[in-house]
Amino acid sequence: MNGATAILESLKREGVEVVFGYPGGMVIPLYDALFDHEIDHILTRHEQGAAHAADGYARASGKVGVCIATSGPGATNLTTGIANAYLDSVPLVAITGQVRSALLGTDAFQEADVTGITLPIVKHSYLVKEAADLPSIIHEAFYIASTGRPGPVLIDIPVDMTTADIDYDPDGAQKIDLPGYKPNVKGHPKQIKAAAQAIAEAQRPVIFAGGGVISAHASEALRELALYAHIPVTTSLTGIGSFPEDNEALSLGMLGMHGTRYANYAVTNCDLIFGVGVRFDDRVTGKISTFAPDATVVHVDIDPAEISKNVAVDIPIVGDAKRVLTELLTQLKKHELSPERHLPWMRQVADWKRAHPMVVTQEHEGEIMPEYVVRMISEITKGEAIICTEVGQNQMWAAQYSQIKHPRHFITSGGLGTMGFGFPAAIGAKVARPDRTVIDIAGDGSFQMNIQELGTAMNYRIPVKVCILNNQYLGMVRQWQDLFWDKRYSATCVACQPDFVKLAEAYGAQGFRATRASEVEEVLRVALASDEPAIIDFRIKREANVWPMVPAGGAIDQMMGEEDR
Amino acid sequence: MKHTLSVLVENKPGVLNRIAGLFARRGFNIESLAVGETEDPKISRMTITVDGHDQPLEQVTKQLHKLINVIKITDLDPASSVDRELVMVKVRADPSNRSEIMQIVEIFRAKIIDVSKTMLVIEVTGTREKVTAIVKLLRPFGIVELVRTGRIAMSRGTELT
Repeated sequence: MNGATAILESLKREGVEVVFGYPGGMVIPLYDALFDHEIDHILTRHEQGAAHAADGYARASGKVGVCIATSGPGATNLTTGIANAYLDSVPLVAITGQVRSALLGTDAFQEADVTGITLPIVKHSYLVKEAADLPSIIHEAFYIASTGRPGPVLIDIPVDMTTADIDYDPDGAQKIDLPGYKPNVKGHPKQIKAAAQAIAEAQRPVIFAGGGVISAHASEALRELALYAHIPVTTSLTGIGSFPEDNEALSLGMLGMHGTRYANYAVTNCDLIFGVGVRFDDRVTGKISTFAPDATVVHVDIDPAEISKNVAVDIPIVGDAKRVLTELLTQLKKHELSPERHLPWMRQVADWKRAHPMVVTQEHEGEIMPEYVVRMISEITKGEAIICTEVGQNQMWAAQYSQIKHPRHFITSGGLGTMGFGFPAAIGAKVARPDRTVIDIAGDGSFQMNIQELGTAMNYRIPVKVCILNNQYLGMVRQWQDLFWDKRYSATCVACQPDFVKLAEAYGAQGFRATRASEVEEVLRVALASDEPAIIDFRIKREANVWPMVPAGGAIDQMMGEEDR
Repeated sequence: MKHTLSVLVENKPGVLNRIAGLFARRGFNIESLAVGETEDPKISRMTITVDGHDQPLEQVTKQLHKLINVIKITDLDPASSVDRELVMVKVRADPSNRSEIMQIVEIFRAKIIDVSKTMLVIEVTGTREKVTAIVKLLRPFGIVELVRTGRIAMSRGTELT
């Protein structure tokens, strides 16, 4: 069997059904093997699209996403997608072609040192030097990508490895010999007991759940614990969906810079914050010294390096979120918690929610407010759709006003903040979950960054729906210029843009437009009812801002609103 | 504060690059680095000296641990470990001062490993302090070249590094 076929057989053994990629000179043998292999290949229109699609596929399915590119520019085009997966801890295996081994280091045609370039943005990487190692490397790569704190693994494969004949022994490749890699999943029993004690004694507790809850498949365990202990839950951006947002009593929505006021007030005033699968990012904490100043900090994470990295932790627990939460619930039940034990706190939280609700103000015949579009999408899909986002204002409105009920139903570029992520990620998500409506809530700027993937959506009839909140601005930067830079809109007005309806039609997709609020619901219903890829161009109020907002580096309970301007 | 980290790694291509890159990204300057095979040829040991505050260093150590090829990291306490450095010094020497240099070499239990008409090559093994002391004494004679291996270190007694 040649190396190329061995690669595909090894992928199949890992449960891979579909890969996203783009061919090129150094992966021709691999593509030749793909030609009649049972693994499906989705040809994107740019390698960045392949990486993001694999990322979206991984986030929606919980499986490892796979993308393929050729050497040199193909591989460098993947790097943004790899970095994106790295910062959001998404399991991804990226396979890149490389010039043949005899030419390595000679500046050969389409040669780039891809293992070198990606060093800071991968969990691990391989440059294959022996074709016989391919099966075991692929097995290791999947193991590393999907266990512990998940992340991207790159396999750089010189073309001669794929043409060489090897003895493929499927079972021989299944041994894992990684003396330096032993993720601690269990969680220290003493620490778990200490955490249970602290949680039981807390008068003003808050749970802060992140993407780690979702990647550990721990949402159900989290829900059980929060319901049993009756503790309000706020989430990070990537943690959206880890706790059902339709739980009126306990869900506080998102925390941080554009979080809800009630989440930020609750965290600032709590006496215990229980972080699970979070990294206390600067967009969440604001000014560190004023972040949950009176709180005992309990932190569960699979990655020991996250403990006390940004916020000093009192009770650290290194372990898998699902295992730790399950064990913690058992311990908590021994304390026989009464829901009345912290009644004043729950009343206070409810008061904050009543006083500062996330309301949508929309005049029926008026200009379209972006929040209204998002809320309408959420209502029409009953919170059952998978919502992907681009980056910027569209992302924050989507985070604030979608009511997400399930894990893996809110897919967004949190850590890297990659414009152009949402559309290819939505394609990947739809491939993973064809049973779900998949919507990309987009900005006109972000959408144009990977607009070419319309070709992919049409090629394979992947019916994702792109809802552009079109303000003809690079809106988030414009908002900062509006608030902090004297309204000097430097390079943020992008009024020169294609007619998105005609563009959709040019690709053979469906195009819709709404310019008044009264049209929004009807247009959405028609677009979502069809089985075709569609673009809906919502012409929103151009200078609408995302509220509330914590200015960068500020205390999170000092939020600005429209009324403070 | 100076730290000596003893890092056990898998003996695989690119490992040094991964480790050095991590220190650079976190803003640490590696002062010295010595790498070699251990008693097990599949495993190498890197002895790294860095200057840094405890807390950021702890973060780097945790990040180092995350590298798949890193097996073990020990931050060696000077009180319970021994360390050595090997240095070769090429110093100007003529008949008028050669014996004076040889005396210094003797006092420091160093070795002369090459002699020519105008030069001596001296080998010194010892702690950083000892090496610094002899280099200081040799400097007036004219040091032409100096090569240091970087510090290697090991735990004292029965403790494994």
